[in-house]
Amino acid sequence: MEASTLAITILWSLLFVYSILGSLDFGAGFWGMIYGKNEEKSASQIANRFLSPTWEVTNVFLVIFVVSVVTFFPFATTLLGSILLVPVALGILLLTIRTTFMVFQHYAGRFVNILRLTSGITGLIIPALLVSILPITLGGFVSYEDHYPRLQYGELFAHPTLYMHILFGISTELFISSIFLMDYAKEAEDWNAYHTFRKHSIWLGPVNIAVAMLTIGTFPTEASWIVENIQENWFAFGLSLLFFLVGYALLFVKKKDGRKGRARISVVMIVLQYAVAIYAYGSAHLPYLIYPDLTVTDGFTNPDTFYPMLIVYAVGFGILIPAFFLFWRLFLKDRRYLRQE
Amino acid sequence: MDIVVMARALFGTSLGFHIIYATIGVGLPVMIIIAEVLYFIKKDPDYALMAKRWTKGFAILLAVSIASGTIVGVMISLLFPDFMEIVGQVIALPFQMEIFAFLIEAVFMSIYLYAADRLPPTLRFISIISVALGATASAILITDVHAWMNTPAGFNISPNGEITDVDTWAAFFNPSFGVTAIHVTLSAYMTVAFLIASIAALRLMKSKISDKERAYHKKALTIALYFGAIMSLGTAINGHETAQMLHEYNPRKLAAAEGLFETQSYAPLSVGGYTSLEDQRVKYAIEIPYGLSFLAGDRFDTEVMGLNEWPEELWPPLYVHVLFNVMVGIGSVLILIAFASLFWKHVLKRDFPGWMLAILVTSGPLAMLAIETGWCFSCIGRQPWTITDVLRTGEAATKSKSVGFLFYLFISLYVTLLFVTAFVLRFYFKRNPVSKDLKTQ
Repeated sequence: MEASTLAITILWSLLFVYSILGSLDFGAGFWGMIYGKNEEKSASQIANRFLSPTWEVTNVFLVIFVVSVVTFFPFATTLLGSILLVPVALGILLLTIRTTFMVFQHYAGRFVNILRLTSGITGLIIPALLVSILPITLGGFVSYEDHYPRLQYGELFAHPTLYMHILFGISTELFISSIFLMDYAKEAEDWNAYHTFRKHSIWLGPVNIAVAMLTIGTFPTEASWIVENIQENWFAFGLSLLFFLVGYALLFVKKKDGRKGRARISVVMIVLQYAVAIYAYGSAHLPYLIYPDLTVTDGFTNPDTFYPMLIVYAVGFGILIPAFFLFWRLFLKDRRYLRQE
Repeated sequence: MDIVVMARALFGTSLGFHIIYATIGVGLPVMIIIAEVLYFIKKDPDYALMAKRWTKGFAILLAVSIASGTIVGVMISLLFPDFMEIVGQVIALPFQMEIFAFLIEAVFMSIYLYAADRLPPTLRFISIISVALGATASAILITDVHAWMNTPAGFNISPNGEITDVDTWAAFFNPSFGVTAIHVTLSAYMTVAFLIASIAALRLMKSKISDKERAYHKKALTIALYFGAIMSLGTAINGHETAQMLHEYNPRKLAAAEGLFETQSYAPLSVGGYTSLEDQRVKYAIEIPYGLSFLAGDRFDTEVMGLNEWPEELWPPLYVHVLFNVMVGIGSVLILIAFASLFWKHVLKRDFPGWMLAILVTSGPLAMLAIETGWCFSCIGRQPWTITDVLRTGEAATKSKSVGFLFYLFISLYVTLLFVTAFVLRFYFKRNPVSKDLKTQ
């Protein structure tokens, strides 16, 4: 494998991890808001119990992603930095408000409503902003003035693909988070919350798949290159769909105790669905980072710098695996944490 | 305003804001460890309570620290893309390592914060030690990039701007890395010690507090003074080494810091005053004969280079002399405060009178001011370069016209967050005063 291909694969892997963790994080915030004030309070508690210890880790993965883009592809920073300044800056601004307010909520209980509202609303807007980067990379939205790239906001906002991408991002976030929280509620043996999240998974799953297919239909004309690649890659996307169907069907399987849904395997299937889809989309996106101005090889750093960085990644994650294991045991497995009142 | 100035203002403010929280984030876990260890040795529940209360404060501040750190990390790529293009090729390693250190801190902080009561003592202790190590390591690693900007190493640049002959480790261990990293770490520890001293002194100034509360705050003040005394002295010794490093690798910055125009041996040290371009000297300063030469090379006849060695367009702004003096001045005052207080307490064996407590209250904010002026000095003193003698700030900055609107947006965010954090801290600790915790102990 070419070094640059390895680098972009790592990048898509990090994007995959962040898209799952981010979906859980933002989705939990949203569900926490929806169920914060009525009789289905336990669904909100489950969401918030998951959110409290995990947001820092999720946030760090966003930073890892950004730093990896810049360090693996330094020649891409000028173009990316110039055209993404506003959407990314607004994204981190909102992220700051969200994370700080979420923590403050713990320590200033009296203002819980306004804080919950903030967490829920930013939980929808931030993913919308982040996912709007995807259509920008497809081509047709960047023009040059005196050799300096500028994002064409008018064209972007007038194009339906932007809104379909946003819809796709949000439906993904809500689907992944509801199916995961269903499993989390099962672990806590909170059956009320379990049924609430199962109900949402059932309607969100098909909606998400439909939106995904429609989104490809709205790609700008400049993006015919990626549509062709996607069609060539039909096998991988078919496999992803298969994982979805299996995972979705498992929601309806009756268990011995009479409850419907095999939550754990279902979550694993859906995670696999997205893993396959993201790698397939990533390989269809090759060789471009931004069409047509920037390819993966154009942006890539020199190999002398790249290989030491790979070692840092290996050692870094090596050290962190025991820590993640402890983390998982304490917050996703330990009943004393899951079932506290 | 022009875009470059706006980009610098936006990034500088973001960093200035982040540094407040980051400094506390680096120092506070160490204070928590000290309290935990003292509890382990002395079995005095006051120390356990101290660790618990400091952890709460830390958790509130860490939220802003992580969020603003994310802003700084993303913003530098957005605002100075051409700078990051070189960074990515030469000094990417510490950037990446920093992320992992940060991740270790984040994971163990969650564990220490939300699972402390479910952990066996050893694991709890390992958690807080990991938080402290992660925080300090990430400060050191990010300082490495800053040090490299001041004294770049480990690459060549061809006439057409291409980067060649990259030596990753030479860049990593650039000449100013060691001294600068120690400087940042010790000064952060020092600042947090004095902030704790400030809070304890403020509480002790109240007339109506119970004996138990008084005893609690006195213990906190004692820890803070000892730790602050050691760290402030360490910072000063390291500051001396920093001056010698500047003399060797960055003489232009040293000349600007001291307002020295003519190259000379037996150079005097100017304390205070401001640098006057017309008079080619520092006006209204106290001059210590031979002081600068001795500082730079441990000998009175050391030749120190003056600003006139370089064309004026390569000089940093002359007001950096003031920034430098504020930093050094506060550092010296803090050493004096810490040692005088310890002398009063242990040799004279007397309680602190009100006026001394009042002075102690100012020590924390003063230390933070020194941190801010120190960073301003280091970054403004490097101008007009982003990477010394390699890349000018004007060339590195973005050309996007949106910077202006983002500037006002982020300034509003920072101002709001400063108020909100102060409010939340007050709210929480007002509802959970020490007196209440001491009763349930």
